[in-house]
Amino acid sequence: MTWEPVIGLEIHVQLKTQTKMFCRCPVGFGAGENTQTCPVCLGLPGALPVMNRRAIEWTILLGLALGCEISEQAVFSRKNYFYPDLPKGYQVSQYDLPSCKNGIMLLPTANGDRVIGIVRAHLEEDAAKTIHVGGHSGRIGGADFSLVDYNRGGTPLVEIVTAPDIRSADEAKRFLQLLRQTIVELGISDAEMEKGTLRVDANVSVRPTGSDELRTRTEIKNMNSFNFIARGIEAEAERQIRVWESGEDVRQETYDFDAATGKLTARRAKEEADDYRYFPEPDLVPVEPSLELVERLRSELPELPAARIRRIEADLDLDRAMVLVTGGLDRLWEETVAAGADAVAAANVIANAVVGAGVEIDAVAPTELARLVEARERIPRAAFDEAIAKLGDVGFSADSYLAQEAVSDTAELEPIVDAIIEANPGQVAAYRGGKEGLLGFFVGQVMKETQGKANARVVSELVRSKLTG
Amino acid sequence: MAPVVDTLRLTAEQALGLVERQEVSPAELHAAYLEAIGERDGELHAYLRTVDAPEGASVPIALKDVISTKGVETTAGSKILSGYVPVFDATVAARCKAAGLSLLGKTNTDEFAMGSSTENSAWGPSRNPWDPTRVPGGSGGGTAAAVSAGLAPWGLGSDTGGSIKQPSALCGNVGLRPTYGTVSRYGIVAFASSLDQVGPVAKRVRDVALLYSIIAGRDPHDSTTVELPEPVRLPEADRLDGLRIGVPRQLESLDAIEPGVRAAFERALELAHELGAEVGECDLPTSYRYGMPCYYLIAPAEASSNLARYDGVRFGPRTDAATYREMVERTRDEGFGAEPKRRIMLGTYALSAGYFDAFYGQAQKVRTLLIREHREALARFDVIATPTSPTVAFPLGDKASDPLAMYACDLLTIPSCLAGLPGLSIPCGLSDELPVGLQLLGPQFGENSLFRTGYALEQAIGFDTVPLRWRTPEETA
Repeated sequence: MTWEPVIGLEIHVQLKTQTKMFCRCPVGFGAGENTQTCPVCLGLPGALPVMNRRAIEWTILLGLALGCEISEQAVFSRKNYFYPDLPKGYQVSQYDLPSCKNGIMLLPTANGDRVIGIVRAHLEEDAAKTIHVGGHSGRIGGADFSLVDYNRGGTPLVEIVTAPDIRSADEAKRFLQLLRQTIVELGISDAEMEKGTLRVDANVSVRPTGSDELRTRTEIKNMNSFNFIARGIEAEAERQIRVWESGEDVRQETYDFDAATGKLTARRAKEEADDYRYFPEPDLVPVEPSLELVERLRSELPELPAARIRRIEADLDLDRAMVLVTGGLDRLWEETVAAGADAVAAANVIANAVVGAGVEIDAVAPTELARLVEARERIPRAAFDEAIAKLGDVGFSADSYLAQEAVSDTAELEPIVDAIIEANPGQVAAYRGGKEGLLGFFVGQVMKETQGKANARVVSELVRSKLTG
Repeated sequence: MAPVVDTLRLTAEQALGLVERQEVSPAELHAAYLEAIGERDGELHAYLRTVDAPEGASVPIALKDVISTKGVETTAGSKILSGYVPVFDATVAARCKAAGLSLLGKTNTDEFAMGSSTENSAWGPSRNPWDPTRVPGGSGGGTAAAVSAGLAPWGLGSDTGGSIKQPSALCGNVGLRPTYGTVSRYGIVAFASSLDQVGPVAKRVRDVALLYSIIAGRDPHDSTTVELPEPVRLPEADRLDGLRIGVPRQLESLDAIEPGVRAAFERALELAHELGAEVGECDLPTSYRYGMPCYYLIAPAEASSNLARYDGVRFGPRTDAATYREMVERTRDEGFGAEPKRRIMLGTYALSAGYFDAFYGQAQKVRTLLIREHREALARFDVIATPTSPTVAFPLGDKASDPLAMYACDLLTIPSCLAGLPGLSIPCGLSDELPVGLQLLGPQFGENSLFRTGYALEQAIGFDTVPLRWRTPEETA
């Protein structure tokens, strides 16, 4: 029997509004502890929340980008529980009436679009940051003391919940890449996992391939990169398959993913189920966006990443299109192609050389890049690399680099090729034994010997003919 | 030599006149009240603390201790807030300051405004100026006792289910619970957010109207506030021609209403009729049957959440313990008195999974019915009249050990609070030598019509606000 994973994601996105969700304290990193606070976000007696209009609008904007229905009436509720990072003893969060619900995101794949359901996207306030000192678990239990920084407390946070429509770790990763790019392009969040402005929890279960049952799921937390998320999901799916195949039952648990070991650790089960005693927040009025507002926001939506992938894929292939779009590179690529560059070559140069050189994408002049792409095999490698590195400089011109000719004279190159073949008998034998990938090794050696001045295409043809000849 | 100010008899409007005409300076006036406090508050315990150095160019004011005052300790009558000094003024405190009112002090309250006698204050009960063996009502018994005893020309209270109107009635004052949303709750130590309203207490209707005009209006810090649809009008007319007053038919069968209270109430209705008002019967069946249980689900539910922030982490006393959870438990166990604990438990239960629909959810439906029922009655009548409290002031200790008997004090004030409607209590006579309150209820934003009705009746009733035991022989005669 084969198994398939069933994956749903819960994504928290910190909005980059200037001020917090319910007070006008600034949002931001790096300020001294507890300096970005006020009576409201400290939960002092009598303080009352006042909604951040921009956060509401951005949530609706995101909902529209995710094809959601926008609620005519959304309601903030109180989620009640005690924890030191929660100054009021409750978190204010949309609950049964979220701003956005019933959306979908199309994930382009080689076999057409996969439809990933968006159950809801709702707005809430972030908790403060706690540091537990002493003890070994890093948790509050067993700590010698705990410190709380309320600067983050009250930052607007959107929670996006997907349907359990994702079927592989790789699909989860690609979904997240696309979602992240969408969020970034809407300009509503930096969505950086390292900074914690994007956080992802995964709900994972497995089932016999082809069945439509939903078995017991577990939750994985604390994964701080897309790669770790994929690894965590994979590890958990494999674990569950082993459990089922050994005739046991998977238990509903929460796991922490340890990036260093790649291992999952179950959290200690709670003795009692959580009861958050939700009820509508009486200090706020319902969110009732006007039809005009929603339509204005809809009209402001840019062409979304998924659509652009589909559009540019026609000239490339899905993987390259995905890399360009989720890397925010596709606009440069389109302009470079429009300026005369070959589509695939331009995609390769941008995704590898340009990104690798750390060039600021927005500063690149597409016409100059197009000239470099076109000339990339004609000019010395060293000149090409240098030109790419300087692409982002103000007033960059490719002229001086294009004036340089790579060495294409086989008479000049032959002795060098011969010497390298002679010096590497092992690699020669291996190549002739079928490891054709070693061609690059020989070309590289020649380039090194000629200090990057040789024409790579000429060299590679020369090497191939010598080795097979 | 400083002029002699008879604070016992001075109305706020008269005090304003003295200052305006520069017959008395604001500082002299403030000092006169402090002197009265020195004389009489030892017995009454209306104040939890007074402020000696007056700031302000007008008359002084007393604020209930649930109102945050920057730099002045604010405890809401609870040990769990002892030593808590707010870093900000409640909007109403700021508006009083901006109007030049100087803060006399913070007045006693049942802990977190939960109670009807002030006996639930962690700092000891206040006493009724008319009879110090009796309670001043609650939760705002401190403000009411202070106004009645001439220890403040006026004051602010907060009303969740009757905490302004009931003590005003028991102490012979005028008190207004405004329309929900007309006065900011920002900086008010919250009890039940969907019910809490701040309002004025004074000797006279015009004083109350004046103070209401100072504190009312939209506050950007409180999303539930609105701008007044019309300005506050100080009442002047002493006739009630054309006014339609509705009396709920259900009062007839409410045995809780004492005969003396009923008699004074009926005399007030006769006077209203003589002043030209039409008095008829209206119907509020759900209000008196389900108002109380509905209130005792919604208010404790909200309170259980509002009081969660008292965990000892950021302010107030903390009882240290080995773990966070234990620290929170012990801090709350030692900090809260019996009544807040009781209501936290009630409210937690009402909101719990599996019980929500039967309790909190059901109570919200009843609340909707109450709103509708009041709207229908107020479509036919301009004002609804009832006694404010079913009884006059009762002896200390009488109901302290019987929560249900204590809750019943608010039987008549609670329904309109749930409906978000304004209510004015004015004194309408004595029963057993103790004041009886008349409650006038109006539609949303109907304060002006309540002031007009209350003022005309006040003139006709001619109630003497000075407690009997302090009247001069001439006054008594």
